[in-house]
Amino acid sequence: MEVFLQNLLNALQWGSFYALIALGYTLVYGVLLLINFAHGDIFMVGAYIGFFVASFFLGKYAFHLPLDLPPSVIFLLTLLLTMALTSVVGVTLERVAYRPLRRKGAPRLYVVITALMCGLLLENGNLALLGASRRSFPELLPKAVYDLGGVSVTNIKILVIIAALLVFVFLETVVRKTKLGMAMRAISYDRMAVPLMGIPVDTVIVFTFVLGSSMAALGGVLFATAYPVLEPYMGALIGWKAFIAAVIGGIGEIRGAFAGGFLLGFIEIFVAAFFPSTLRDLISFSILLVFLSVRPTGFFGVARATKI
Amino acid sequence: MSRKRSVLSVLSLLVALSFVSVGSAADTLKIGFNIPLTGDIPKVGEGSKFAAEMLKEEVNGAGGLKVGDKTYQLEFIYEDNESKAESATAAALKLITQDQVLAIIGPQASKQAIPAGEVCDSYMTPMISPWSTNPQTTKDRPYVFRACFLDPFQGPVAAKFVSEEFGAKKAAVLYDIASDYPKGLAEYFKEAFEKIHGPGSVVAFETFTTKDRDFSAQLTNIIKSGADVLFTPQYYDEVPLIVKQAHELGWNKPIMGSDSWGSAELMTLCGDDCKGLFFSTHYAAAGAKGATKEFIEKYKAKYGYVPDDVAALTWDATRLLLQAIQETGGLTGNLDKDREMVKDALAKVKDFDGITGKMTFTPEGDPIKCAVIVKISDQGEFEFYKSVCP
Repeated sequence: MEVFLQNLLNALQWGSFYALIALGYTLVYGVLLLINFAHGDIFMVGAYIGFFVASFFLGKYAFHLPLDLPPSVIFLLTLLLTMALTSVVGVTLERVAYRPLRRKGAPRLYVVITALMCGLLLENGNLALLGASRRSFPELLPKAVYDLGGVSVTNIKILVIIAALLVFVFLETVVRKTKLGMAMRAISYDRMAVPLMGIPVDTVIVFTFVLGSSMAALGGVLFATAYPVLEPYMGALIGWKAFIAAVIGGIGEIRGAFAGGFLLGFIEIFVAAFFPSTLRDLISFSILLVFLSVRPTGFFGVARATKI
Repeated sequence: MSRKRSVLSVLSLLVALSFVSVGSAADTLKIGFNIPLTGDIPKVGEGSKFAAEMLKEEVNGAGGLKVGDKTYQLEFIYEDNESKAESATAAALKLITQDQVLAIIGPQASKQAIPAGEVCDSYMTPMISPWSTNPQTTKDRPYVFRACFLDPFQGPVAAKFVSEEFGAKKAAVLYDIASDYPKGLAEYFKEAFEKIHGPGSVVAFETFTTKDRDFSAQLTNIIKSGADVLFTPQYYDEVPLIVKQAHELGWNKPIMGSDSWGSAELMTLCGDDCKGLFFSTHYAAAGAKGATKEFIEKYKAKYGYVPDDVAALTWDATRLLLQAIQETGGLTGNLDKDREMVKDALAKVKDFDGITGKMTFTPEGDPIKCAVIVKISDQGEFEFYKSVCP
């Protein structure tokens, strides 16, 4: 029982990361019907930006703040500033790579390939710029381990899970209850008719990228807090898996991204816990494959005529 | 017309230049380095390169290497194997056929050294892996050597040490099943530990695959198994994550590692969590004497940090190679013949006095030397704790 509870917590934390990244895929897909394969690497960029912002606040560079801040304030500032800066990266990517293609009316396949290339560009650009050596994310929040009757929980684990849940509530509200959210849904419904109604499509798209990238940044900083070793390729594999999670949940649906993310987290942790861990990916992806063949649109997805 | 002439003159200049370079090549010795400058363990590649550069400067600064009655300048060619098996074979091939090196140092990790050894052996080029501890690297390959001890020796050393030092009766192992080195070592440890404490005494034998970042499920199993010690023969970029997550899940018993821990980068990544842990390795920087101390001080003055074991072993491997080249008593200039002579000279090396210990080679191309148990001190230094000889 203790082992089960412990693994439940492990799975919740691990699934939270998948969910936070899957969200970015789903948001962009929901609006543009574009699979933004650079998203995993935006997550990596977020973690790196977080690293530099945190190091700056900790006074590790020549230029630093005149006053010393308490660590929890630094953590909060790091989080917010990283989200802002990473949004800039995400929006730049949209401006430089995706928008020109969209303007020229390129088929969606080309935009997806562009996205893949952008991801590789970010990875290798980072490698060229910062080198291959690993970086250690500073410990901003003093780690506390609580022992609840044989089940160990850290404050970071709790923070990650709560953050994921808050993000879920926040995004659901934005997409379902605000005008901007309504515009987002409208664009995905009919991109030709929406501009005729006077809705500024480009602004809405930029807003979508801001939302997706800042959630990836949030995920990146939390990930780096929980697993404090940074490397340029850290976003690749987890990005792919989060994409699978988004598809399982029904891509384009925020509920789906969360459901898919947590499901993938649960399957991975529990397979590793009760079977030889070598079989983890084999078993977890077989389960997902069977699931998809039964329900090709995922949990919440609706069948559409065109998909790529 | 004038254009044609200028093309001609450029061509003739090129021809002349290539003759010049062939002419001077006779007096340089080309040695290839097949090392991971990028990829999973770039620090390993950096340390290897720095140590080699230092040695090259020393030898060339003293006028060059005297072989027989001729003096050669050293030329080192560094090829990046990206810490991947397939790139390591490609790098070896390039060094052998394109760069025409006399011999190759590296690759460092067994994952790359095993396939690269195959290439070097079939192209009859001597290769010394400074750091690869897996037996397969040199097995049945007369041209392949190494400068470190082997996993079948290191596994029992770790098993014996945890039994004696911590009184461990039950052990847990966590390792990367997709990598040759951890997998081999984990199995040797298990075998040795079960020989001491009986079958079933390794109560948890958990695995993961390269690039994994979350080990919570495996560690939960390990904690539940009631093991007295955790053995994890992983590389320095995974160790901090494993150790931190183990502590977060409530593990407060000892954790034992292997020589792959001994990177200069481990402590910057791991911090307080790794203090007080032990690992078996080739040399300990803190408390070194003689030539070892000299090497450490020189390296530190030049590059700003204490060299790790890879740097020390690369230094030894390269010196070993240079000594073997000298012992051939003079090179012929025929590359195939020279490579064979170097191989024969390497196989005959006895009591080579390296900075990581004395080495004598077995017919397999493996040295007989001692292992060191290192304790990570509260200052984060790798301190000599105990020496274990075969």
